[in-house]
Amino acid sequence: MSRAADALRTIADGQDPGQPPYLYPDYRSTQLRSPKRPLVILPHTLSELAGPAFGHESIGELDHDLTRQHDGEPLGERIIVTGRVTDSAGRPVRSTLIEIWQANAAGRYLHEVDRHPAPLDPNFSGAGRCLTDDEGRYRFVTVKPGAYPWRNHPNAWRPAHIHLSIFGRAFTNRLVTQMYFPGDPLFEYDPIFQSVRDPKARELLICGFDYETTEPEWALGYRFDIVLGGPAETPMES
Amino acid sequence: MADPTPSQTVGPYFSIGLTRRPTNELVADGVRIAGRVVDGAGDPVPDSVVEIWQADEDGAYRQEFGWGRCGCDADGRYSFSTCKPGAVDGQAPHLTVLVFARGLLKPVLTRMYFPDEEEANAQDPVLRGVADPSSLVATRTDEGLEFDIRLQGEGETVFFAV
Repeated sequence: MSRAADALRTIADGQDPGQPPYLYPDYRSTQLRSPKRPLVILPHTLSELAGPAFGHESIGELDHDLTRQHDGEPLGERIIVTGRVTDSAGRPVRSTLIEIWQANAAGRYLHEVDRHPAPLDPNFSGAGRCLTDDEGRYRFVTVKPGAYPWRNHPNAWRPAHIHLSIFGRAFTNRLVTQMYFPGDPLFEYDPIFQSVRDPKARELLICGFDYETTEPEWALGYRFDIVLGGPAETPMES
Repeated sequence: MADPTPSQTVGPYFSIGLTRRPTNELVADGVRIAGRVVDGAGDPVPDSVVEIWQADEDGAYRQEFGWGRCGCDADGRYSFSTCKPGAVDGQAPHLTVLVFARGLLKPVLTRMYFPDEEEANAQDPVLRGVADPSSLVATRTDEGLEFDIRLQGEGETVFFAV
């Protein structure tokens, strides 16, 4: 049989305005790192539908609290970030690992590559993780990260954000994203945020202030719900 | 149906949150699989992270086995120690591979197949269905297997829609 008869279908990247494309020239680093060939649509097999799980034993009791990982408390505005992880049908994604990392309140990462002349905080490492519960809920305590400059274009600043990695049910619906804060004036200047062309989809990246989560005399609460998509839908071609 | 949360890049500082704990040894002293992530100019992508997902030696996907992650070094190199998975679903043995990086607004998805499985590879519905199957088959070296991931340009790895 010739290969042509067996050829899997392909799709050009960038057709879904709700997801960023690989090539978004305003974000300069995409220019040499974006695949140019069309993407191959995989048949649905176990390889794509199965996914790893993580036992509770690997998560420390304080891993979700970025304000209690050192002797003292970090500087900055203490916040609670909570939400639910669901699939696109609204079903909770249970016991899934969420990892987060972020800059400190001054906009500085505890990372050797970060040269922003803002202070490090000896009481803040900026990483946490937790598992979702039976309703798909998660909760982190941290400090609100600062905005910080980068070198993508003159006077470029990233809006304040927290990076999140979510395992999900299948390996191919692994999600890595960034959560932004409401009303940030830097949104319109940020090509990473703007790479999601659908404004409604961009709204999904912004958490909401949540009075219910806010704890009196202690911390403001923000709610960030996460919806995981499925693997690319396609039947096996025969 | 709710719209999925959009993807965003891992950025340059992901090692804080993702790679502080070593998770690239799935099997002690197993098959060594290593390679480089390179960009469209042929330069290494040091701020990238590779994740693999695979079945066990019997071809079974198990929730507690089969996942690994490795941050790349200054030369864009990653490595894993694992076992060769059994055949799954009538497919040749393979690893599913995701790469995240600064400059990737969403991960790239590919597969790595084994060079000593010529017969199974020739029958594999995915290898048969792509334009450049050789980009998905590792090469043998003295230390183990080598599998480079070329994000763009000449020899660009075959990537799958996520």
